[in-house]
Formats: sequence, structure tokens, C-alpha cells
Amino acid sequence: MSMKSFPKPSELPVPAGAEGWEKIYPYYLVFQDKLKEQEDAKFWFCDSQHWPTVFKPFETIGGEFAVKCLGQYNARHLMIPNANGIEFRVHLGYLYMSPIPVPEDQIAARVPEFEQRVGHYFQNWEELLKQWHVKVRGTIDEMETLSFKKLPDMVPMDDITTGKAMDGSEVLLENYDRLIQLAYQNWQYHFEFLNLGYIAYLDFFNFCKEVFPNVPDQSIATMVQGVDMELFRPDDELKHLAKLAVELGLQSAFANTDDVDATLASVRASAGGERWIARYEEAKDPWFNFTVGNGFYGHDKYWNEHQEIPLGYIADYIRRLDEGQNIMRPVAELVAEKERIVEEYRDLLEGENQTVFDAKRQLAATAYPYVENHNFYIEHWTMGVFWRKIRELSRMMHAEGFWTEPEDLLYLNRNEVRDALFDLVTGWGVGAEPIGPTYWPEEIERRRGIVNALKTARPAPALNTPPEIITEPFTRMLWGITTEQVQQWLGAGEEVEGGGLRGMAASPGVVEGYARVIHDSDQLAEVQQGEILVATVTAPSWGPIFGKIKATVTDIGGMMSHAAIVCREYGLPAVTGTGSGSTTIKTGQRLRVDGTKGTVQILDAEAEPAVAGPGAHSHSHV
Amino acid sequence: MHSNEFIQFFDGGVEPKLENLGGKGASLVTMTSAGMPVPPGFVVTTAQFDRFMQEAGITGHINQLLAGLDPEDVAQVDAVSAAIREDICSRPVPADMRTQTIEAYEDLMSRFDAPVPVAVRSSATAEDLPDASFAGQQDTYLWLEGFAAVGEHIRSCWASLYTSRAIIYRLKNKIPDEGLSMAVVVQKMVNAKVSGVAMTLDPANGDRSKITIDASYGVGEMVVSGQVTPDNIVLDKVTLVSVSEHVGDKHAELVPDASARGLVEREVDAERRSRRCLTDDELKAVAQMAKRAEKHYKCPQDIEWALDRDLPDGENLLLLQSRPETVHSTKKSAAPAATPGTGGYASVLGAGIPSTKAPDTPENSASGNPDSGNPASGTSGFSLGSITASLTKASI
Repeated sequence: MSMKSFPKPSELPVPAGAEGWEKIYPYYLVFQDKLKEQEDAKFWFCDSQHWPTVFKPFETIGGEFAVKCLGQYNARHLMIPNANGIEFRVHLGYLYMSPIPVPEDQIAARVPEFEQRVGHYFQNWEELLKQWHVKVRGTIDEMETLSFKKLPDMVPMDDITTGKAMDGSEVLLENYDRLIQLAYQNWQYHFEFLNLGYIAYLDFFNFCKEVFPNVPDQSIATMVQGVDMELFRPDDELKHLAKLAVELGLQSAFANTDDVDATLASVRASAGGERWIARYEEAKDPWFNFTVGNGFYGHDKYWNEHQEIPLGYIADYIRRLDEGQNIMRPVAELVAEKERIVEEYRDLLEGENQTVFDAKRQLAATAYPYVENHNFYIEHWTMGVFWRKIRELSRMMHAEGFWTEPEDLLYLNRNEVRDALFDLVTGWGVGAEPIGPTYWPEEIERRRGIVNALKTARPAPALNTPPEIITEPFTRMLWGITTEQVQQWLGAGEEVEGGGLRGMAASPGVVEGYARVIHDSDQLAEVQQGEILVATVTAPSWGPIFGKIKATVTDIGGMMSHAAIVCREYGLPAVTGTGSGSTTIKTGQRLRVDGTKGTVQILDAEAEPAVAGPGAHSHSHV
Repeated sequence: MHSNEFIQFFDGGVEPKLENLGGKGASLVTMTSAGMPVPPGFVVTTAQFDRFMQEAGITGHINQLLAGLDPEDVAQVDAVSAAIREDICSRPVPADMRTQTIEAYEDLMSRFDAPVPVAVRSSATAEDLPDASFAGQQDTYLWLEGFAAVGEHIRSCWASLYTSRAIIYRLKNKIPDEGLSMAVVVQKMVNAKVSGVAMTLDPANGDRSKITIDASYGVGEMVVSGQVTPDNIVLDKVTLVSVSEHVGDKHAELVPDASARGLVEREVDAERRSRRCLTDDELKAVAQMAKRAEKHYKCPQDIEWALDRDLPDGENLLLLQSRPETVHSTKKSAAPAATPGTGGYASVLGAGIPSTKAPDTPENSASGNPDSGNPASGTSGFSLGSITASLTKASI
């Protein structure tokens, strides 16, 4: 088969109105004219799993910290013998990645270092993980103490009498620097155990593939996955709150959850309401540090700042409870099924192989749950606090006239924000007007136009010529970027019978139903009972939605993507990594999703979508 | 009626003995008592064969005919075979025994609203079965109605012990005719819409974590004898997820035909050929049944199964036969041997990096040493060499 290529970066058209987009991002994030030859020789895939929409300049911080810190653990901490980190660039607003291999002749020399370092972690896993929790909580607690208050008209008298001799602007600057540092710190911690979790998983994975040739990937995942993981905890809290509300007969208080204050006041005024509120407050800290997005965007909404979201979910659960539905996840059944699967595979082995199976599975089952649970602590909790603080700063500077919209800070990159802050404190300090209010509103308008123009185009799945085979283990596992997947994107893959899409068989089962295409978490309310969710990518915090839908189809993601994990947990079929599901499929089309084979068929491709838009109850198909 | 020396019902509650029932008959009784969905029937025991051969004077005649027979003299062997089989098919069966067989048949028929067709199959005792392929020499007669036909074909099964091939085989291998016997299975005919075989391993490589199913339309004989290309599906044995699927051509099917009072071969239309003949649920049910058989016999099984057109969905899967898989299960270990701890670099942790361990504290030295076997630790006993090998493999 002749190898086709993806477009070169320079071949992708710049959307009208986005001209000059390169300059809104730091120089080191964009492809360089002087490096064109080297950069075009590399294969770059787009990570639209984590960054499905165009970066505003400030938002590159999440991509930079995450991918840099992932890389450092491969290349500098663990000395993975055959994999360094991942280079990354922003092109036309989207993030593209290129894994960096270790030269053949250096691999052997890294092995002893690797084994020593990895060995230490695996030997002392529990202890080190305990420390991790302390470190991460410490970072979050410190972040919470940071504030960005308007500077006073004059230095307080106390500071005069104590001879403090500083005007307080240094606190603003320090807090900003510290906030960035603390985010960076927790992103370093984020990867302390993540790569190890994947390594342990891969070791068990390869063993299983050896002793059970062609064993489905899903079986291996099931054997090491946690059943009751922290990632599901926020959703479980809502379910418990819904149950309690039903027990206490509080249903009527949840008639209009969009009005948070009125809803909570109404609960409080009801008999037993105080008990419910106490339970609600308990759940909020920390479990409402939970975003409907993925933690990487300034526009992500967090439950604790938008309580209409969790209250809406609670109301929906209350309705389902009143209809006699069982809303709880079948944890006991899932545990029993997992144990059965482990036991049956184990019984297929004899002697030494059984011992090896036990050791490898135990290691993977110990290390792997981190891969699922860390997400709450970093993406949700840490980043929830981070973005809240950034919004506080943005609003303060907005009040100082630096920009026209309260959250316009996001149109500056993080180093420009530092400049703008110094501009602010200088103007304030000397008793003159800062320059920013003159400079930034116009510049931000220009950038807003560019970002909006970039948003009109979807990213290319990849750039340049792919390697013949993709071997880098993390690329395969985290992103599902396999040789077959790349071929599929290039249109060279096996055709799906009857036309349709092929992706990864991420969670087994076959269902038919109507599609609901979601491009943005704000559209989640449109999802109706029994529909098939089609999205670029899903966030684990969409938990309550998974209780409503029949199946999930995503554009990107592998066996271990969040959509795959959550769907397996909810027992829903999922096909991930279809490349173009969310752009090919239209809401209302009838689909057949085969999560066992990894195919999605559009059953009425010619027909007009039956219904579109929220609140369309005319197709109550179950 | 109850089982006795000459007749044993599958569900008669009598312990199956190979020497009385032959391999097939014993297996059907065992499977029935294990609660597996076996179509009902009974076994005409070897005791009946023995007494018939003795009392009808055939045994003596056989001994005369076989004495000094040259296995290379094909014409002479053919003549002897014909004579013996003529004896078996024509000489009277002792009346009391014949009455019991008729009663058994009527008892079987009485279980249905109307008389149903039956299959009559020979069931040889193990001593006569030096290899599985030899079983194919014995006979199966399908779709028989009324006792006249049944009785006649019980004799045909008996007679199949004396085909020319069987005689030559025993002469050449010096297998004596003393003790040679034959049981016969009489079983309700399955009105199969789909049928086939299943193995509780992957015959391609002996991998015991798979179940392999061949399935085609109609009665299963065409699959067993290789006259059609069936659908071939490999399932994971633990999760029953499909691992590979090939839709076979299935160009023809054997189906009952009322006017012909038997089975006729019919062409399968293009639409039915092009799709898999089993639904996902049916596939799962076949696999689950194969697993049950394997669990019961404690070794890999090769089963024959059918979906009965006359029974409702969910209750229509029947087990026709289960026997040990003979090709791979005779090898010591079916699963490919793994290569634990031989990554080519360090070996098992502790031995591989003794000088680089973390400063030993009572806590971490206990949990970190694989030899300490601390059951509470989830991370003891891993192999760094194997982890390295996993990461550096060309592909996963």
C-alpha cells in the first residue's frame, strides 16, 4: 500500500479573517520558517481529544504545562528506554504533537537507569502516592490563598507605622507569578504517576496478548480498572443527594433549578431541608470542583461556580427516581463481573504463567487506577481553582479599564499578562494612567476576530507523512494513534459495511438510536433520553448524561480515553477515535453503533434529520 | 418406561457406562444429567447387541467367516462383509428385547403432541475407536418416522461394525472381534434451522482462551462433512466478545421435506448466504453451552449443536454431541508459553538491581521484596526485565 500523506502545515488554508494568527501565540509555539525542512519531515498528530477548540492566547498554558511535563517524565525522570517526550506546536489554533524517539544506540544505556527509577516507584508505590496527595493538596490550598485585589488609594497607615516600606503592588505581582508556578507544580505532579500507570498497564497488556493471542483490549482494561473510582464520585454525590431529596419529600423545591438561590431557599424552608443542605455543603467540598469541560479552557464551567448545573442534574435524577428508575451504578455487579473475568482468564493458564499473570495484573491493578483518579485532582480541582483566580484577576483589570469584557484577559498570553500587571502597578504607583486601557481593548478586538475566524475551521487530524508503523507506546495508548488509525484517517482503511465510520472498539455492545451531536458542553441540556451522544470528545464530568444515553461516538480517543472508561463503567457501547463522527453525523440521524467492532453506521444517511434542537420530545424512542 | 439392561433413556437417571452405551450414548446421558439441553432419546445398549448376536447365531458364523481371512484380498473381504451384514439385518431379534425397544420408542413419542422423526446413530465402545476419525465409519440415519424404519436402522448401525473397511482395519491392527460391541442411539430429530460445531479453543494455534464456532443453515451434517463453507466465528472465551468473523458461502442446506419424508438438500438464496446465520444472542448461547460442556468434562470440547425451528427463541439451542477435542488437548499446554522475566536486561527485581534499592526501612523492604510474598502488597513480584521488554517491543 502506498503511503499517503497528510497536508503540510503550510498547505492548510488560513481561514478568512485569521491572517496574522501566528503572532497571538508565543514564538516558540508556532512552526518556524527557518525550521520548515525539519518540521515538515516530522509527523504531527492533532490532539483534539484534550484541545478540541481553538486556544485563546492565555489558554496555551494548559497545553504547554501538560505536554511538557508528560515529556519530562519520559525523558528526564524515568529515562524510558525508547521514548522521549512529545514536541508540540500550535497551528491555526490547534495543538499538534510529535513524539520524540530515543536514538537506537542510546536505548540500551538507558535501560539500567529506567529500571532503577521505575523499580523504586513500583516498590514504594503506596507511600509515594500518599505523598503525592499531600503535595497536590498543598498546592491547591496555597492557590486558594492567592487573591488579586484592587490596589488602595494610599498605603495603609499601619504600613507606615511598621515601616513596611512597600506599596502592596509586589503582592499582586508575586501572586500572579505564584499562581502560574503552582499550576506548573501540579502539572509536574500530574505526571509523576501517570506514565508509570501506563507502563504497568502495558506490561500486563503485552503479557495477555502473548498468552491469549488476540484477546480483546477491553478484557485487559476490565481486569485492571477500578470499579469505584474517584472520577465517578461527583456524579455519585449528586445521585445520593437526589435520593435524599426523594426520601425527605423535597421534590417540589427542584422545579426551577436555573434559579440557584430560590431553589436552595425553597429546600431550606421545607421540612428536613436543613439536613439536605448540610449534605449538599458536604458534597460541594471538594466534589463540586468539577468542570463540565476538561479543565483546559478559560470558559470551562465548574459546578461550584455554576450550581445550576449540578442542581439540574439532581432534579433530573429526582425525576428518574420518581419514575421508579434505578439511578445508581451497579457497583456490586461490576465488581463481581470483573472478578469473574480475572478468575476465568487466570484459570486458562498453568503453572508459572499463572504466577506471572498474578504479579503483572496486581501491579497494573495497583498502578492503573491513578490514571483514572488523578483527573479529579488536577484537571478538575487544581484547574478549577486556577481559572477562578485568573477570572478574579481578569475582572480586577477589567475594572481598571484594561479591557472591555470581564474575561478578556484570556486574549493575552501569560507573559503579556505579567507585562500588563506591571503597567497597571506602574500607572497606579506614579499616580498616572496605565497604558493598557489605551492599548489592549483594540488589540483584544483584533485577536478576538482572529480566534473566531480560526474556529470556523476544524483541525487536520495530522500533518505531513506518517511513519510506516507507529510504535511509540504512549502515543498508541493515550491517543489511540495506531498505524491502522492513521490509515483510516487517510481513507485507506477497511471499508465499513453499508458505509459509515470506523473507530476504536472502546466499549462493547451494539445499539441503534438517534444521534445527538454535541459540539460544546453548553449543549448538554439538549441530550434526550435514549439518544446516541456524538461529540468531538467527551468529558468525564458529563457523567449524568451517560445515564441517559444509549451509546457514545467520539472523533478522537483510544481505549483509555475518558469516554471509553466512562462508557465501560456505564455499560454503554462506545466507538472512539472515528476522526470525523461529529462533523459527518447530524443530530436526528438514526445510527447503529457497534462498540464491539468499532463501527458506526448511519442508517438513514439520505433522510433529513428527523428532529433537531433542544426540547424536541417528539421522538421519544427508547 | 424405565431404563434397564437393554434400553437406557438419556434422562433415565442410570449412571452411564461406556461399555454399555458406547462413547456417543454415554456422552448424551452424561450431558442430559448435567442439565444440558440435549434432545430426548434413549440408547439401545451393547447388551442388546451382544444378546442378539449370540441368540441369532451370528457370532458363531462370524468366527467361521473371519477365520483365516486375508485383509489384502479385497473381494473376499467384501463377500464376508456382505454376508455378515445380511445376517445382522435379517435374523430375528429376540422378541422380549424387540418389545422393549418398541416400548421405548413409543415412550419417546408419547412426550410430544404428535409423533416426531428421530435420528438413529451408532455408538461404538472406546476400544473400537483407535482415533477420532474412525468414528466416521459408523453410521447416522436421519429423519426416520415409525418404528419399522427405526428398527431397520438400528440393525444398520449394528451392521456397520462389519463394513469391509472396519474388518480390514481390525485384521491389520490385530484387534480381536471378541468383546466387539455396538450401542445405538435413538434420539428426537432436531428440526434445525441453523446448526454447526464449536470448539472450546482456537484450532489454529490451540489457544484455550477462545471458542471457535462453525455455523450454517439447516441440519449440521453438511458442516461436519465439509460440504458447505460455514460461517466461522472466534469468540473470546471469557467475555464472549467476537475476535474474528468470516461469513462463509453456505450455498446449500439440508432441510426436512414432508413429501419426501426425509431431508432434502436445498440451495440457499444470495441474501441468506451473505449474512451471518447466527444472531449475536444465538452466538453467545452456543459459546456459553460449549463452555458448560468444557467445564463439565474438564477438558477442551468439540461440540455439535443446533437451533430447533420448532422451539421458541431462547430455548431452541440444543446440544447434539460433546467430545474431547483431540488435536490440541493432547499437547501438554495449549496456551503459548510466555517469557516472563526474560527481557534480556535485568531479571527479577531484587536480583537485578540489588545495589540500587531505596534505603531499606522496615516498611518498604517488606513490601518491596518479591520473595517476602506480602499478600497485602499489590506491587510485589513484578519483573523489571519484562516491563522493559514490553515497552521496547516493536509494537503492541
